[in-house]
Amino acid sequence: MQDFSLSIAQPAPAFTPWRQKVALSLGAVGVLLLLIAWAAGKVLAPLPVLIASFSLMATGIWLFVREAYLKHPSGIRNNGTWFRSLTARGPWGWALGVLITGFYVCLYWFSQYLHGLIALFTPLSEALRHRPADQWFVYGTLYTVAVLLMGVKFFFKYRHNAYQRLRTVSVVFFQLCFAWLLPSLLVRLQQPELYFSYFWPLSYYQGTPMAYRSYLNSDLGLFYFFFGLVMFFIGTPVLTYFFGKRWYCSWICGCGGLAETAGDPFRHLSDKRLRAWKIERWMIHGVLAFVVLMTALLWINVATGSRVLQQFSEAFYKTYAFLIGATFSGVVGVGFYPLLGSRVWCRFGCPMAAWLGIWQRKKSRFRITTNGGLCISCGNCSAYCEMGIDVRAYAQRGEDVVRASCVGCGICSAVCPRGVLRLEG
Amino acid sequence: MNVVILGNGVAGITAARHIRKRSNHSILVVSEETDYFFSRTALMYVYMGHLRPQDLKPYEDWFWAKNRIQLLRARVTKVDFENKTLRTADGRSLTYDCLILATGSKSNKFGWPGQDLDGVQGLYHWQDLEAMERHSRGLKRAVVVGGGLIGIEMAEMFHSRGIPVTFLVRESSFWNNVLPAEESAMISRHILEHGIDLRLNTELREILPDAQGKCRAVITSHGEEISCGFVGLTVGVSPNVDFLRDTPLEIGLGIRVDEFLRTNIPDVYAIGDCAELRQPPPGRRPVEAMWYSARAMGETVARTICGEPTLYNPGIWFNSAKFFDIEYQTYGNIPPICPPEMETLFWAHPDGRKSIRINYDRITGTVVGFNLLGIRYRHALCDLWLRQGAHIETVLENLGAANFDPECYPAYEVEVVNLYNRRTGRALSLKQRRGLSWLRKAFHLASN
Repeated sequence: MQDFSLSIAQPAPAFTPWRQKVALSLGAVGVLLLLIAWAAGKVLAPLPVLIASFSLMATGIWLFVREAYLKHPSGIRNNGTWFRSLTARGPWGWALGVLITGFYVCLYWFSQYLHGLIALFTPLSEALRHRPADQWFVYGTLYTVAVLLMGVKFFFKYRHNAYQRLRTVSVVFFQLCFAWLLPSLLVRLQQPELYFSYFWPLSYYQGTPMAYRSYLNSDLGLFYFFFGLVMFFIGTPVLTYFFGKRWYCSWICGCGGLAETAGDPFRHLSDKRLRAWKIERWMIHGVLAFVVLMTALLWINVATGSRVLQQFSEAFYKTYAFLIGATFSGVVGVGFYPLLGSRVWCRFGCPMAAWLGIWQRKKSRFRITTNGGLCISCGNCSAYCEMGIDVRAYAQRGEDVVRASCVGCGICSAVCPRGVLRLEG
Repeated sequence: MNVVILGNGVAGITAARHIRKRSNHSILVVSEETDYFFSRTALMYVYMGHLRPQDLKPYEDWFWAKNRIQLLRARVTKVDFENKTLRTADGRSLTYDCLILATGSKSNKFGWPGQDLDGVQGLYHWQDLEAMERHSRGLKRAVVVGGGLIGIEMAEMFHSRGIPVTFLVRESSFWNNVLPAEESAMISRHILEHGIDLRLNTELREILPDAQGKCRAVITSHGEEISCGFVGLTVGVSPNVDFLRDTPLEIGLGIRVDEFLRTNIPDVYAIGDCAELRQPPPGRRPVEAMWYSARAMGETVARTICGEPTLYNPGIWFNSAKFFDIEYQTYGNIPPICPPEMETLFWAHPDGRKSIRINYDRITGTVVGFNLLGIRYRHALCDLWLRQGAHIETVLENLGAANFDPECYPAYEVEVVNLYNRRTGRALSLKQRRGLSWLRKAFHLASN
């Protein structure tokens, strides 16, 4: 039923001071340079263009931070979030969604259309890795730049909040060092390209026999394989018992890192309805079952000398890689940020999150506690929960929030105007 | 039994929910204002763009049918207590066995010239927010009259849209009829820090109209004319009971009720802002227009109606607010001017945005109140200490357990204890830092 009683027919246009507009425009020109390279399919002077692009984006973001945050006393600054086209599913939001989605589609299936971008990133790749860029280097670098620059923005947006400051430094550090610099250096040293901040089943390849075989050639690879096993079977339960799943999801993980930084302007777009929670539980555990089955089939196939399953396990793996690995986690997971919020993948799809969530709900000290009778049911906590948890439903009853999906970002506690919520564990 | 509740604010809805929990009574909630319950205290966040209107609804729309709580959008114009019948503006007639009046408040106006002009209003109802939105288009300046909780909210609302605000406050410092001088000064400074044109010791004298009957300026008590397209009158609220006058219902400031929240008419109750307690509990006012009291009354009346007559006992006073970026929590008794029988321990951070105040009895050392700005304390623990009359030194030694700030925040309880030591020559030390396990221990300690 349409609820006509609670509608403001035409909210006034959002108030954006001109200096903020200049800042946003500078950043947009930086992005435009990348788009030109993408569209042209070639670049005349890759290094200067790349430097110009990143500098413009950095300058734009820094100016925005100064204008929007540093010039004002520190505090919660969500003014106009639901009025702005970009952050309220308006035309700009849709346009950005289409742009990112298009990029991911090219990345996974039509990398021939990324030649311009690959050429643009080649000097950097040569300098860092001693080899030309490919689409994955372009992706990894853009991803890292997004986490870094938007991380700076997030850091200053929440500069009054020590938990947010620390957490942001952590996600940026892990993305920069463990998911970008280290793998690049390993490539440079002729070692396997390993990402120590991801584990099976999130990086589903890592647990497969194909991966195992490729790791056999180096000590580091073998270490990585067993490190992944240890993290899955021992690290996850133990760390989650003490800290909740946040030790990974909002402090280390790259997907979480992007969501917490670049995705922050879209966190309120997650669906808070009970219906969404029901879908979430089926989907995320379904994906976990899918990845376990997929990996098991591959190993059974190896164990039986490919006699029983033959091509089937391989096909099953490819299906997972297409449906979950590329489409869900990438195209939908990030491409739909401006439409569905920043944690669609983490909430509905990530098998690692499912595994962490089981431990968090069943066996963890972590919870969000509520403060007596202070809740005024305002709804800020629910609105700004990127995982779509209806935090208010707990807070107004004075109940602790124990939910498998909570990544412990701490924003509910930050935006609460009455000091009702606290992460504990 | 057929229960009809007038008003779908927090009082009425809490009553409805608890009646449903405890009984099979038929429940009908009538509201003129909105189809669904919403959080009135959060209206400002819609204007500021933090929330959408639908985000104010604490329950999804299916909740009401599922819990067999009927909702009706109608204006009740007449109550026939004799025949237990309500008459609505659209000509409907509703009967009840039990009536709960939870009609809330209306904004005060004190007879200023021009107070009914277009662009002059308070902020209480949903419709007030809609009107504010209409008047905000092209608005060059807003004047807010009245230095209380709604006044500062309204100032923050306009400020968030880049609309200059002049804030007229009668007192010599913001809300110093409630806040002690130090806290009041801190908030006054914070208001100025945000660039609000704060005018202390200033009252409204008159509102001037333009040719279209819209407000164009105010004249202050100092005779100054300030041109503005909007005047917010936030000088308190009073019970919304006018349509019930000239009935047998006994009305003073609000609808008079006893300690069971019963009115003078059988089977008719009044709760929330519109109720006036004949004998308020010690230290409480007869009419308390606030969320927490309304919620407690709703729960109390539900018990009574469902066969478990319950005295209204709001417990230890507590309240919370947020003044721009500074959160405020108060527990117990913190008078604006510390009376001679009370001692006050006040610590403030040099950044001017955090403070802790603990009041205690000068002779017995019993703690009587906490005041927090920019620091969060645990309601349950403060309440326990206050109920049990804990000694100031017990409280100080365990103060770490009361801290509810987010993790990684610096804690200042040590400084509060040191301040006490310096002042008294004692050598107390903080036994524990905050944390859940410590909380349990503290509860254990306090209950021994």
